[in-house]
Amino acid sequence: MSMELSIILAMAIPAVGAVLIALSGRMANLRETITLMTAIALFLNVLNLLGPVLDGERPEVHLLDMFPGLAIAFKVEPLGMMFSLIASGLWILNSIYSIGYMRGNKEKHQTRFYICFAIAISATLGLAYSANLLTLFIFYEVLTFSTYPLVSHKGNEAAVKGARTYLGILVTTSVAFLFFAIAWTYSATGTLDFVDGGILGGKVEGPLMGLLLMLFIYGIGKAAVMPVHRWLPAAMVAPTPVSALLHAVAVVKSGVFTVVKVIVYTFGIDNLVTSGSADWLVYVSGFTIIAASMVALRQDNLKRRLAYSTISQLSYVVLAAAILTPISAVGAALHIAAHAFGKITLFFAAGSIYTAAHKTEVSQLNGIGWKMPITMTAFAIGALSMIGLPPTAGFVSKWYIIQGAMSSENFVALGVVILSTLLNAGYFLPIIYAAFFRQAEPKGTHDHGGHHDNHGEAPLPIVIAITSTATLTILMFFFPDVALELAQQMIGGIQ
Amino acid sequence: MTAHLPILQILIPLMAAPLCVVFRHRDIAWIIVLLVSLISFAISIMILDQVLTQGVISYFMGDWPAPWGIEFRIDAVNAYILLIVSAIGAIVAFYGRHSVTREVPRDLIYLFYTAFLLCLTGLLGMTATGDAFNLFVFLEISSLSTYAMISLGKDRRALTASYQYLIMGTLGATFYVIGLGLLYMMTGTLNIVDLHAKLLDMDGSIRTLQAALAFLTVGLSLKLALFPLHLWLPNAYTYAPSSVTAFLAATATKVAVYVMLRVFFTIFGVDILEETGLAPILMTLAISGMFVASTVAIFQNNMKRLLAYSSVAQIGYIMLGISFLNVTGVSAGIVHLLNHAVMKCAAFLAMGCFMYRVGSVRIEDLHGIGKKMPWTMAAFVVAGLSLIGVPLTVGFISKWYLIQAAMEAEMMPIALLILLSSLLAVVYVWRFIEVAYFKEPANPSLKIKEAPLSMLIPLWIMAGASIYFGVDTDMTLGVAQLAAEMLVGGAP
Repeated sequence: MSMELSIILAMAIPAVGAVLIALSGRMANLRETITLMTAIALFLNVLNLLGPVLDGERPEVHLLDMFPGLAIAFKVEPLGMMFSLIASGLWILNSIYSIGYMRGNKEKHQTRFYICFAIAISATLGLAYSANLLTLFIFYEVLTFSTYPLVSHKGNEAAVKGARTYLGILVTTSVAFLFFAIAWTYSATGTLDFVDGGILGGKVEGPLMGLLLMLFIYGIGKAAVMPVHRWLPAAMVAPTPVSALLHAVAVVKSGVFTVVKVIVYTFGIDNLVTSGSADWLVYVSGFTIIAASMVALRQDNLKRRLAYSTISQLSYVVLAAAILTPISAVGAALHIAAHAFGKITLFFAAGSIYTAAHKTEVSQLNGIGWKMPITMTAFAIGALSMIGLPPTAGFVSKWYIIQGAMSSENFVALGVVILSTLLNAGYFLPIIYAAFFRQAEPKGTHDHGGHHDNHGEAPLPIVIAITSTATLTILMFFFPDVALELAQQMIGGIQ
Repeated sequence: MTAHLPILQILIPLMAAPLCVVFRHRDIAWIIVLLVSLISFAISIMILDQVLTQGVISYFMGDWPAPWGIEFRIDAVNAYILLIVSAIGAIVAFYGRHSVTREVPRDLIYLFYTAFLLCLTGLLGMTATGDAFNLFVFLEISSLSTYAMISLGKDRRALTASYQYLIMGTLGATFYVIGLGLLYMMTGTLNIVDLHAKLLDMDGSIRTLQAALAFLTVGLSLKLALFPLHLWLPNAYTYAPSSVTAFLAATATKVAVYVMLRVFFTIFGVDILEETGLAPILMTLAISGMFVASTVAIFQNNMKRLLAYSSVAQIGYIMLGISFLNVTGVSAGIVHLLNHAVMKCAAFLAMGCFMYRVGSVRIEDLHGIGKKMPWTMAAFVVAGLSLIGVPLTVGFISKWYLIQAAMEAEMMPIALLILLSSLLAVVYVWRFIEVAYFKEPANPSLKIKEAPLSMLIPLWIMAGASIYFGVDTDMTLGVAQLAAEMLVGGAP
């Protein structure tokens, strides 16, 4: 199969899947089979591109000219390759998980759920393979709008309100800042292509370069750099599979992926180093890391705690990119992968607890580890990865980020990483401790007591999914080769 | 035969109009309208083909040569406008069968169709003619028939709306004639091309010339509802039968914009416009309109009125593009003219479907309508996303071009203002989408079915077009670019 075809199929397979899901809406088993088959087909298709990309090929497709000289075009480069692998691979596991979760909780409108999910994945892959900022922006917006029905899924007042915040912040930032920044870039350079070494060097004067970068960073609301992070906790009203794949992986990673792309391929690292326009970014992302962790410490709702942890971890990627050394850029790329595996595991665990025990608050989790050993073990692995301890994926990426901070003698960044590691431990370890070493409260002492206490492990699909992602989190520690190779190729390209 | 296409384009609907009165039967009248609008559409395609292959068509009425006789002059710019007007006419005619029966008193339906044909005649005539006074005649034909159509709405307020429009429209037309009179005084000609030639070596500082331009601008601004001369529009759009609203929103204001382009660029030319300093005034009004009208739209509870205010705002975008007076700006204006016609037509057709099934377009009556009329609502969502300017819809194309024009004119703050005002569209569109999907209907026992296919098909043609032209922009951008080059470049 030609690689050009594979690129198109990467968007077409989930899109066609969405249509088939719509057609099979009445037959739940067939519908879920289609979702799973679509996810598997997509992953195999993406895998087909991996070999050539590792060998140094950069397949391209020029779809059509949207404006004279500005095309919707795709080009697979290493970072996009990695992102697409993560998104499509985890979609399989997330689909298995969704079956257990959506049926276990008897959610309504499941067909709409699976359709929108497939469209969101299609948009994510389009974004990952974008060859220029215009194409990227298009898929960025499609992703925002296609996830709106997922966030508002429950349809009650809280869901509609959360979804309003979600859409409001993401659309406002993308239209007012990102779109503006892209238009500015285009009028300054006459191109929007992602080019090794960037396109903006020498095209924009001194302080304006910093302003333009600021427009990009705050325009990419999906990266959730404070203060445009509020949409992420708001999005937690969605069913957990959405929070897991979209708001821990696809959507938020689209944000930081875009940040890394813009820094590496639009501004160019050398350009930013010489102009010093990105110095402020270290402070802003550092602040986000610390502040979000502090907020996470105080959240009793498990999903909200995870959401603030995500905000903090996303800024790791931004910080790593802002350090502006090749080795920290590798760390940024690796952290996209590492955080994805760890955080999806944590969200899976949260949904698993909700499905089996109907518990949503951290304070209700005493002793739950013995009733749900697999779920809580997986949770522990995910949490270790967030803290950055071996033998988990989080250690690998954090290692590179620290290396980068050391090599550029950026002690602010170094301090932030160390402090936040302590904070991460501070809000994750108590959960693990309570789950395994605290006695469950006696029956009837709290509102959620009674019949829900007699529960075991979550449904089988959930257990399968959660075990797989926890395993991946560990495997990435022992076998980081592919991710590392891709990340280094990204850097190789700019030197 | 093919030589006479320009006149046939106007003559066929004009002659068919009295036929409707002769038969006095609503079904026969509808069939006549449908046939005529399809023929009109076919003719406009042939004319476009002729223009593209053989160049500008110049047709002398009764063989009286210009500038003494009346000339129909069709180049690439108005050939496309003819195509759009007749295409929308055909779609609305097809759609009207059910909608009009519901929204117009039964025994007056044949009169409604008569007025519709006259309106089509007027709009096509305004577009095709190369004679500025003849243009006034067609303007009056279309205006008078529009007043009649609006007044046929079942709501009694339709009468006051129509009357309001009559007063404002007449003022506009009068101003146009006064402006034209001044020009005639100076040049002794009414032919547009001839006017241009005579004005070519005149100086923008001549008082009479400035007065003429001012009168023409104000008169046309009234017709195209440029803020703050838009006051007639919200009521007219709200209380007119839905098919009329859809038709007017997509054609009437657009043809008025076309006439303004002709007056500005073909008659006066960029040099005179720059000397008179009109552009900054237009720009200020356009931007104020974008913000004020969008903000007012947010607070409307009647969807047709909401969309009407949105139209005023969108006309602001069109005029903003034109006020840059450069090729990119004017082509942005023209491309938004085409795009806005498509999306607003779709939005109003969706309103017609609600009107047909629910009997109201007040937001509180449309709670939960997304579940009962999923296809209609989905089409509205497409139109709404277009209004916001989401990528892969026509609105995005317009926005991108407008911003490029602002950047090219080195007016960054204006680019930012364009984006900020488009955020207001998110608010007014989403306000409806939320209730339509997530609110429980006030009266759940009411059985509401999806709109009939004869309405859904035209609706989805327009909704589909607002996606199609948002991706494949060869045609729309090509036309706009070509037209802008012809107009701004000064070639008559």
